[in-house]
Amino acid sequence: MSDSEHPVDLKSYIRRCAAILFAVVCTTSLMIATSFSHIGNGWAARVAIILGIAVVNALLVASYLMHLLSEKKMVYALLVFTVFFFIGLMGLTLWATNDFPPGTAIH
Amino acid sequence: MQANVQQFPPFRPSEAHAGGGDHGHGEHHEPGFFSKYIFSTDHKVIGIQYGLMALSFMLFGFGLMLMMRWQIAHPGVPVPVLGPLLEKILGQPAAGGAISPDLYNSFGAMHGTIMVFLGVVPLAFAAFGNYVTPLMIGAPDMAFPRLNMASFHVFFLGGVVMLVSFFIPGGAAQAGWTSYSPLATTIPTNGQAFWLTGMVLLITSSLLGAVNFIATIIQLRAPGMTWMRLPFFVWAQFVTAFLLLLAFPPLEAAGLLQLMDNVAHTSFFLPTGLAVGGQLANVSGGGSPLLWQHLFWFLGHPEVYVLILPAMGIVAEVITNNTRKPIWGYKSLVYAALAVGFMSFIVWAHHMYLTGMGQKIATFFQTTTMIVSIPSVIILTCMFLSLWGGSIRFNTPMLFALAFLPMFGIGGLTGLPLGLAASDLYLHDTYYVIAHFHYVVAPGTIFALFAGVYFWFPKMTGRRMNEFWGRVHFWCSFVFMNVVFMPMFAQGIKGMLRRMSDGGVNYSAAVVNKTGTAASPMIDALPGTVMQLNGWILWAAIALGIAQIPFILNLFWSISHGEKVDHNPWHATTLDWQTPTPPPHGNFTHEPHVVRGPYEYSAPDHATDFTPQDEAEGPATPKPPTPQH
Amino acid sequence: MEIPYTVQNRPDTGIYNAKVGIWLFLASEVMLFGGLFSAYILLRVGAAPGEWPHGWLNVTLGTINTILLALSAITTLLAWAACKVREFGKFKFFHACTIVLALTFLGIKSYEYRDKFMHYEVQLQPSAKNRAAGEFADGHLVAKSGDFDLAKKTGFIKLHGHIVKDRKELMDLRSPEAQAAQHEELTIAAADIKKMENYAPRHNTFTAIYFTLTGLHALHILGGTLVIFYLWGPGSRMWKTDPERFTNRVEVSGLFWHFVDLVWIFLFPVLYLT
Repeated sequence: MSDSEHPVDLKSYIRRCAAILFAVVCTTSLMIATSFSHIGNGWAARVAIILGIAVVNALLVASYLMHLLSEKKMVYALLVFTVFFFIGLMGLTLWATNDFPPGTAIH
Repeated sequence: MQANVQQFPPFRPSEAHAGGGDHGHGEHHEPGFFSKYIFSTDHKVIGIQYGLMALSFMLFGFGLMLMMRWQIAHPGVPVPVLGPLLEKILGQPAAGGAISPDLYNSFGAMHGTIMVFLGVVPLAFAAFGNYVTPLMIGAPDMAFPRLNMASFHVFFLGGVVMLVSFFIPGGAAQAGWTSYSPLATTIPTNGQAFWLTGMVLLITSSLLGAVNFIATIIQLRAPGMTWMRLPFFVWAQFVTAFLLLLAFPPLEAAGLLQLMDNVAHTSFFLPTGLAVGGQLANVSGGGSPLLWQHLFWFLGHPEVYVLILPAMGIVAEVITNNTRKPIWGYKSLVYAALAVGFMSFIVWAHHMYLTGMGQKIATFFQTTTMIVSIPSVIILTCMFLSLWGGSIRFNTPMLFALAFLPMFGIGGLTGLPLGLAASDLYLHDTYYVIAHFHYVVAPGTIFALFAGVYFWFPKMTGRRMNEFWGRVHFWCSFVFMNVVFMPMFAQGIKGMLRRMSDGGVNYSAAVVNKTGTAASPMIDALPGTVMQLNGWILWAAIALGIAQIPFILNLFWSISHGEKVDHNPWHATTLDWQTPTPPPHGNFTHEPHVVRGPYEYSAPDHATDFTPQDEAEGPATPKPPTPQH
Repeated sequence: MEIPYTVQNRPDTGIYNAKVGIWLFLASEVMLFGGLFSAYILLRVGAAPGEWPHGWLNVTLGTINTILLALSAITTLLAWAACKVREFGKFKFFHACTIVLALTFLGIKSYEYRDKFMHYEVQLQPSAKNRAAGEFADGHLVAKSGDFDLAKKTGFIKLHGHIVKDRKELMDLRSPEAQAAQHEELTIAAADIKKMENYAPRHNTFTAIYFTLTGLHALHILGGTLVIFYLWGPGSRMWKTDPERFTNRVEVSGLFWHFVDLVWIFLFPVLYLT
């Protein structure tokens, strides 16, 4: 069911969409530019920047296209838990595979 | 949001029509066999479908276990009675009617898989959850009835794939229910691919089910059914559904990756330089075997709580009902269940202390593991305290529920040494571990499930199960369960390893021979008494099997011959007992308006010793001041 | 019997059932791709130094696909907006665009797959003429002679590529050395071939995770397209009977579609750009 908080005028939607598309094109170009640049020594710095831009891009899509900005509290609660466990899964796995008993030979 | 709080639309009484609220024809018509029993969207029928299928799978899994126990007690001796049949069906792996080591491995892997994913979870979560949850919250059905039907069909398909895998060349999966790589990929039969396909289907089914349960509990609570008026059973199902929802997908991911390893010959879990049978394997390498273990146990540990939480929910209902007093510490129970659910996501690597893990991460996981045991103890304590001062009715469901408490206690407390790295390094992969988790799941969860079957049978059929045979079933199961599992603690502490198809004979003999010639400082021979226990366990297991016959007969006999009872034979307060028996399509003849908490037993100024949640008379529990969302 | 809150929002939660359902489903999808991304990170971090490939994928095609998906996400949103303002014709138009964009995406994706499957690494026999030990040919298969048979050592293949001395040269295709390599048509006799293997999933851990991640994502695209096609075609009958419920369906399927776009937003940089 539609919420009254959203504009019901199709034109304003199209304007907003054009802005989002512009933003997506900008962030994508920025990512590609970073990828082909020579920032930093090796890939580490570039990967960090590119992923940072990707997160911004994703937040943009989630906030506006999935209209998370005007979503109900319950959905936020669910997503907070999910993100927490997502980070737990990734973070703890990485930590566990990089924490060795002293004296372990690696590669 | 303040403006439209609690404005619920008018109730539309039930009107027989399958299809979950599609529009159009409203006339009442009698559904045919297929739409009534196979393609039913009614949560009650689906619950019973799940229940019957899960009970059959449990019996099948038990049968596999009996054959394994025979092989352990009498290695290489043909299985009596079933041996010739086995040879006929499975051929070479069961040559001469005896169980070959390969077949033993298959049976071991499939016993675990079937009991967990096709037995206990479908019965505890899908069957009881489906049948009881919508009734308890006062909903006409699940939120997505057709999705509910689809989950059952996908589950059924997954079960079929698992069963079919026994009959393909090479037989079913042999790498254990944990399917550790690279073993799971290097076994040259197709059983593992079938196992993975089956698992992907079962996981999909569970995911759809979990979505449905959570949406139902959030959206379809009857007016007045606030969060803190939900019966504990519903809370338990709610937390369980979240565990399934968020912990299962990583295993699905892992399953897809292992499927790629098995079918497309990738190397996700295969390390560089992997040798198989003394030869360098023809794989690209570069993968990580530990990754599988992480992804598997990310599900594996929450799965333990998926198995136990619904059981706790059932026990809470049965205990309050039969002590005739409110449950002790309702809020503590609810918060403890939420805490268990939350913590269970960050303890998984305590299954992996032996993988060469560093001290820092091991310390982290030991800490979280000790923390997760606290809420479990809170739940158990609340239930024990509930017994205090109650006028207890010792009927069959109550006996099973009461037995659950100490049995789960034993299972839980023996888990603590496994959660600490120092003791786990010794106990890992011994029979101690087997005894520990079977105490949690077999005399623990399965007893609670029996309690549930005896308890809700009158709601499903309008008849009570026979009390005498119920007691026979209980006492025999109780005694033999303990005789089966208690000796395993001793065997494990003595160093008997699991997954040995000869029950340790070979291993024990080899070490004894060595002691005369060369020093073998690491291991002592298994004492003869430890091997002797294998024989006892076999006979106790057979007796346990025989003890289930009264239950099976009682279950089917009582459908048509049990004592007839009214809609609320246990004088219970929750909404599931405030509808006709069996509940019609749509569940309620009038819209339930909940005015009080779930366990209003023996209220001093009430005529009866129970006050149903929707009974308007009498003093209502005051509503909480802030609206709960 | 009617399930409450299929159309109306439940007063205390403020949303209708299907929206709760889709967000729960998306939460599980986050964990599914979370597991796979964890696998990606672990494989990449665990790779021996210099063993993780860079620049193996076509950035131009990846960028086009990114834009296509972004456009389709926007037409999906507009289709829902059109339903909300009760303009059915515009709904039909916007979702038709979505379907075309999605199918184009899949077309480009399958072209990329085909490219990888035609790309061979051909290890040569030590006896091969004019070749130093350890050299191998790498390039796209152009032609195979009719009698080509590796086991019988008959026939030949034609490869558009170059001769590589050390596999390390292939690991960063964006490096000046790799860019400078001269690609030409090579004819290799079956007798000279020790082993040939295309860039299928089994080639190395990068191709493995590339095919798995993008394959699963493509399956999501396919599923989403089918749902949107259903709503656009036969399912749109509901517009006449219950436009509000139909609008909800469009919104919920749109949420799924945006999630699939979101996954691609991470897949693109992770696989194509770094």
